Amino acid sequence: MILFLMRMRGILKKEALQILRDPSSIALALVMPLLLLFIFGYGVNLDAEHVPIAIVSDDRGEMAQDLIARFELSPHFELYQVKNELEAESLILSRDVDAIVRLQDDFSSQLLRGEQAPVQLIVNGIDANRARLIQGYVRNIVSNWSRMRQERGEAGAGPPVSVSQRIWFNEGAESRNFMIPGLITLIMTLIGILLTALVIAREWERGTMEAMLVTPLRRVDILLGKIIPYYILGMLGMGMSVVVAVTVFQVPFRGSITALLLLSSLFMLASLGFGLLLSAAIRIQFVAAQISIVAGFLPAFFLSGLIFDLDSTPPVIQIVSHIVPAKYFVTISHTLFMAGDIWSVLLPNGLVLAAMAVIFLGLAYRKISKRLEG
Amino acid sequence: MTDAQINDDQGTKADAQEQAILSAECVCKEFAVKGKPPVQALQDISLHALKGRVTGLVGADGAGKTTLIRIAAGLLVPTSGRVTLLGLDSVADSLEIQSRIGYMPQKFGLYQDLTVIENMELYADLQGVPGAERAHRYDRLLSMTDLAKYTKRRAGALSGGMKQKLGLACALIKSPELLLLDEPTVGVDPISRRELWKIVYELVEQDNIGVFVSTAYLDEAERCSYVLVLHQGKLLAEGNPESFTGRMKDRVSLVVPAQADRPRQIYTRLVGSRGIVDATIRSGRVRVVREDTSETQLAAALDGMHAKIEPAEPNFEDAFMALIPQTEGHFQVGRGEGEGAGKMQGSNDDIVVNTRELCKLFGDFQAVKKLSFSVNRGEIFGLLGPNGAGKSTTFRMLCGLLPATSGEISVAGHNLLRSGAKARARLGYMAQQFSLYGQLSTLENLSFFGKVYGLSGKRLKQRINWAFDEFGLGQWRDKAAFALPGGYKQRLAMAAALLHEPDILFLDEPTSGVDPFARREFWLRINSFAEQGVTVVVTTHFMEEAEYCDRMLIMSQGETLAMGTPAEIRDLVRSPQNPRPTMDDAFIGLAEGTVDKASIAAGTAGNEEMAQGDLS
Repeated sequence: MILFLMRMRGILKKEALQILRDPSSIALALVMPLLLLFIFGYGVNLDAEHVPIAIVSDDRGEMAQDLIARFELSPHFELYQVKNELEAESLILSRDVDAIVRLQDDFSSQLLRGEQAPVQLIVNGIDANRARLIQGYVRNIVSNWSRMRQERGEAGAGPPVSVSQRIWFNEGAESRNFMIPGLITLIMTLIGILLTALVIAREWERGTMEAMLVTPLRRVDILLGKIIPYYILGMLGMGMSVVVAVTVFQVPFRGSITALLLLSSLFMLASLGFGLLLSAAIRIQFVAAQISIVAGFLPAFFLSGLIFDLDSTPPVIQIVSHIVPAKYFVTISHTLFMAGDIWSVLLPNGLVLAAMAVIFLGLAYRKISKRLEG
Repeated sequence: MTDAQINDDQGTKADAQEQAILSAECVCKEFAVKGKPPVQALQDISLHALKGRVTGLVGADGAGKTTLIRIAAGLLVPTSGRVTLLGLDSVADSLEIQSRIGYMPQKFGLYQDLTVIENMELYADLQGVPGAERAHRYDRLLSMTDLAKYTKRRAGALSGGMKQKLGLACALIKSPELLLLDEPTVGVDPISRRELWKIVYELVEQDNIGVFVSTAYLDEAERCSYVLVLHQGKLLAEGNPESFTGRMKDRVSLVVPAQADRPRQIYTRLVGSRGIVDATIRSGRVRVVREDTSETQLAAALDGMHAKIEPAEPNFEDAFMALIPQTEGHFQVGRGEGEGAGKMQGSNDDIVVNTRELCKLFGDFQAVKKLSFSVNRGEIFGLLGPNGAGKSTTFRMLCGLLPATSGEISVAGHNLLRSGAKARARLGYMAQQFSLYGQLSTLENLSFFGKVYGLSGKRLKQRINWAFDEFGLGQWRDKAAFALPGGYKQRLAMAAALLHEPDILFLDEPTSGVDPFARREFWLRINSFAEQGVTVVVTTHFMEEAEYCDRMLIMSQGETLAMGTPAEIRDLVRSPQNPRPTMDDAFIGLAEGTVDKASIAAGTAGNEEMAQGDLS
């Protein structure tokens, strides 16, 4: 037991000194997360604001003007009043506007007659995401307008349009509140998989691993010697990201710290297990970086529901996404930040992560060998 | 069993097994290769290493030395047979073995970011050295390795020799019963090598431990108490060093050139001659190993040359060269026949390379300090010194790859940093790591380098064919360069540097990491190019290779220690105690400052004239 503790002291002290003295691991563990947070927090804004749109109104009636005024008031749009459709089309072709809203000359009279008055919307669909956003904003403005008119009991108000949108949790529909909790997943993946794989490959390249193997180190010592320091580093990165998210970006955090620590530990262990499993097979830093990006980082980015809604992906992708640990933690993190300790969501996701941690670490333990050949 | 059981002075087999601290029984090791028959790294090896002795494992690259040591360390599992250490099985009891032995891998196993003392503490923790014993143990190891002054320095900032000693200290942290050293002296200067052997013997004598050490330096075999010669995975011979040299009695001669003939000409004549197993230049004489005790064939080969034949004391290297089967096509060098590399132009006393007061600063670190030398046409000029002496930096400045901080350089009348492609086309450069494209085949590499130097069409084809013939690369034509054996990589790199028939050849550490055979062949080839008028500037940290140079400059820490012909350099350390010093002696004397500085200065000044007179 004393010998075990002595070995652990030696190996942990060595890792700690290496992390502290090697600028690249500090950069990867602490600077990179901050950089990602600021890029995604400030730079990538999935909300559309001041979208230039052209309005063609052949109707000079009061009601049409009222609706146009609603568009003018909206922070989402920047209006170009054009005379005719040709002009509007040339604007959309030259990409000066992203959409055209058109009211027909009988817009007011149709409404007065109590009929459905169509509002035509043409959206530049090159950026599908943005197009969908613009669609939503326009529909919102139009339906809000018609509801308001109905409430006021104005003439020709007609039946209210039943298409109503309401966004839960992310009341402001601010994408930042959605992105940043997800980003924490990415940061932890980076430390758990990329950093561990790199560090172990470096030990192989420099020949220190060979020397380690010919010491009385047990396999479990080698495993713990890597898990403990990088677990701590990963949790520090996580903690830092949460603090920055709440203070700098004003993202609400509604869950409990206990739940966060517990669940993120499970995710960290699963990531570390995966990283260790990879590095048991890879002995070159360059390859370790490539493989951990392709097998660890990219799935966490694209298949976790962080950027793309998984429900709208093809079934195959949805099936594949089940083996990506990040998917479960993105859900957990979103829930903790925006909804709170909803255990009916947290528990199943947490259990999957726990199972993954056990499986990956178990495989890594089996894979670690005190010999040079597999 | 072994092909040549030379001398079993270890007593009876049973006796040996009793004291054996490491023994191998019929060990075979195969490495699987995709789509090909497995490589036989070790074939039926049986051996013993005894307590209180230094057992040396000697062999060329690829002989299987590292594989055998790794099996003993428990890092590899033998395909068949077994290795026992301290009476324990290397596979089943590896953990127990690992707590009782010390192992130093080729790369030393040090953590670069940790200081000297932190590295030692790490290994002490891992080996479970009790806290109370540590202070005493650290003191002893630090004073032994002379590292006490550097305990706070990071391992990454140590010199090669210091790293090696620290690696040794870490392997010794828990007074091991057996010490395994895998090529501990590769790439380390002679002083550090000497010190390492001193430490090893101190341990053997004081602690009575067993040492099992592999080496490719043949002179180190003589320092072992028992030697095992491995060749291509087979145990070729074993015995104590004296038994090896004893077999060579009356088969080694020194050919002393008469005044006029330079030893190189005799050497070139003798290599590959009938009845001659090996020829090398040593201390201004040609050392010849004969097939038998008769001198007739040697005399016949020397016919017409003014030279005296003297008997010589055989050494281990002679025995080694005689043991290795000569059927593998070593020394197949086309000598001066047909089209050579460069064309002789002008007279011999043209100065081709010239530097004056050359300095290079990296930040405030002086890599090269006031270096002045000149090289004449057709000369082989050696830049010698340990790792970090500034050789490569000097080289890069000569080739125009690095700007000099101050001083003048001219190569073929140009400063290559400023003048363009035309001047560069006159020189061939072979970089330290051979700089080949690993994924390209031999043919593709040659064709690429030819085109880079402006060859095309028929001319390119001709030169590539020349390279295949001259360097014996035909069988590797379509093989990817990374898969070539070390010696062939070196040949290919040299062929690539010579394709465009340069008249100046820069070779940076062409022989490091290359086994004794490839090194011999390399020097032979260099000789023949020089004889055709190519100027060769070469760096090396093998001091004995300096003998092949016409003149040389010894550097240490950026400074010139001495310059002159090999004989002049050796003369600097000649003394009554050491009437016939070797290059190693000379270097150590110069580096340690035991040689009178005035005599160096005088020697250096005189050398210029003498060398030029010598050449004309």
